[in-house]
Amino acid sequence: MKSVESVQPSQGRSVDSDTVLATFDLVVRYGAVVALDGVSIHVRKGEMVALIGPNGAGKSTLLNTLSGINRPASGRIVRKGKLAHVPEGRQVFPDLTVEDNLCLGAYRGGSRNPAPMYELFPQLEKLRYRRAGGLSGGEQQMVAICRALMANPDVIAVDELSQGLAPLVVSDIARHLVELNKQHGTAVLLVEQNAQLALNITSRAYVIENGHIGLEGRSSDLLRNPAVRAAYLGGVR
Amino acid sequence: MTAFVEYLLTGVSRGLVFALLAMGFVLIYRVTRVVNFAQGAFAIFGGFITYSLLKAGVPHGLSELLAVAASALIGLVFGIIAIGGEIPLLASLVITIGLSILSEAIVMLIWGTTPISYSGLAGHDFVIFGAFIQRQYLIVIIASLVVFIALVYGFGRTYFGKAMSACASNPYAARLSGINVKKMGLIAFTLGGALGGLAGVLITPLSPITYSADISLAITGFAAAIVGGLISPGLAVVGGLVFGIAEQFVAGYWSPSNETAVALALLIVLLLWQARRVPVGGLE
Repeated sequence: MKSVESVQPSQGRSVDSDTVLATFDLVVRYGAVVALDGVSIHVRKGEMVALIGPNGAGKSTLLNTLSGINRPASGRIVRKGKLAHVPEGRQVFPDLTVEDNLCLGAYRGGSRNPAPMYELFPQLEKLRYRRAGGLSGGEQQMVAICRALMANPDVIAVDELSQGLAPLVVSDIARHLVELNKQHGTAVLLVEQNAQLALNITSRAYVIENGHIGLEGRSSDLLRNPAVRAAYLGGVR
Repeated sequence: MTAFVEYLLTGVSRGLVFALLAMGFVLIYRVTRVVNFAQGAFAIFGGFITYSLLKAGVPHGLSELLAVAASALIGLVFGIIAIGGEIPLLASLVITIGLSILSEAIVMLIWGTTPISYSGLAGHDFVIFGAFIQRQYLIVIIASLVVFIALVYGFGRTYFGKAMSACASNPYAARLSGINVKKMGLIAFTLGGALGGLAGVLITPLSPITYSADISLAITGFAAAIVGGLISPGLAVVGGLVFGIAEQFVAGYWSPSNETAVALALLIVLLLWQARRVPVGGLE
């Protein structure tokens, strides 16, 4: 599956053959407010990429634009393959059962059989007939991730994996994501305020500030970058 | 005993008609978060269209079916007007009030102001515990029960029904999963139109309707829907039954002129009870 959304004529930049998702000079406005100001990122096949940055920097706006919820004012999105989006705050269907939540992930196509998800997160199998709204935050995050995976995506974008979850739960779910990436080659775009977590499990990262990419590079380099350490890793701001 | 059975059965069938209207409210509200005040209009369209078709010589059964289909179509058109564009929720709600007033005008222009009625399906009335019951009451009960079962099955068991419930449960997540929330809303309006139309088709043989009957039907239907907080179809049916039976007992044992007053008093009590049960603004 290949889809190219062009808002402006292509700026002549080509896309690598192994890129599954890319944006070029993406601009998104909410009325007079510029939420994204010329953002260019790319995710390659099977890659784990982090997008870190403070609250309000435009992280969720970028994901919502990639998913077609927001319309860009200008710029270009290239999507080769299926993108599934795990939204901020998990956003399960609270009144539906866990199993129905999962099955609806395959609405756009794909198998409606949730069994592979129960293999990935065995905890969910025992909860399959429970209302998703009654689950703990960690369990809801698992449901949200599995619902996205049911679409059999080439890239899964996870918005604020760690938000409101206990550290042990976060590391458990993060481990599953890494495992998934290794075994199935699903690319992961991890959007996080928790830079330590994000940079530790990804290979490449972008730092987004005030709607534009401030820094980008290998995650291990960014972990050592003094500016990143000061701003995001518990250093003095 | 005879009178009691008569009031009870009449109440149950009228209550089920209210429940049909209430289900329309619930269905549209669940999927779109819009309270559709034009719900009563579907009922008068259903009743008047059946009346004209029967007068034109279209046989029973077919007339009723065509009228329900026409009401569904009107529901779709109302849906397109109310939620088709990028319209704020409150504006959609006001639009439905406007559509209800417009419907009255249209019905008055086409059919005039005289109350109409038609006989239900031919057949003998029957006797239960010495009470004479019109066959139409039985038809109402069977038709509504079939519809309720179909809706419960359709929403609770089918993939499409679950996708529709998902729109109600979390519209944002539904969009992310690829569900076309707007299309689902229009389908809800269409089904709401059919439910309202069916209510009108069923109730007209029991009590004549006029062009302005939509208001009282909508209020009673809304009241029944409120019992389930506008989201529970099951409680909406209970609400419809409570209103239908209460109305008949008040009319029968007390005075028919009190029946609306009692229904409205019941509505206020139910609203207060609801407000206590579900805190306003979701505060715990």
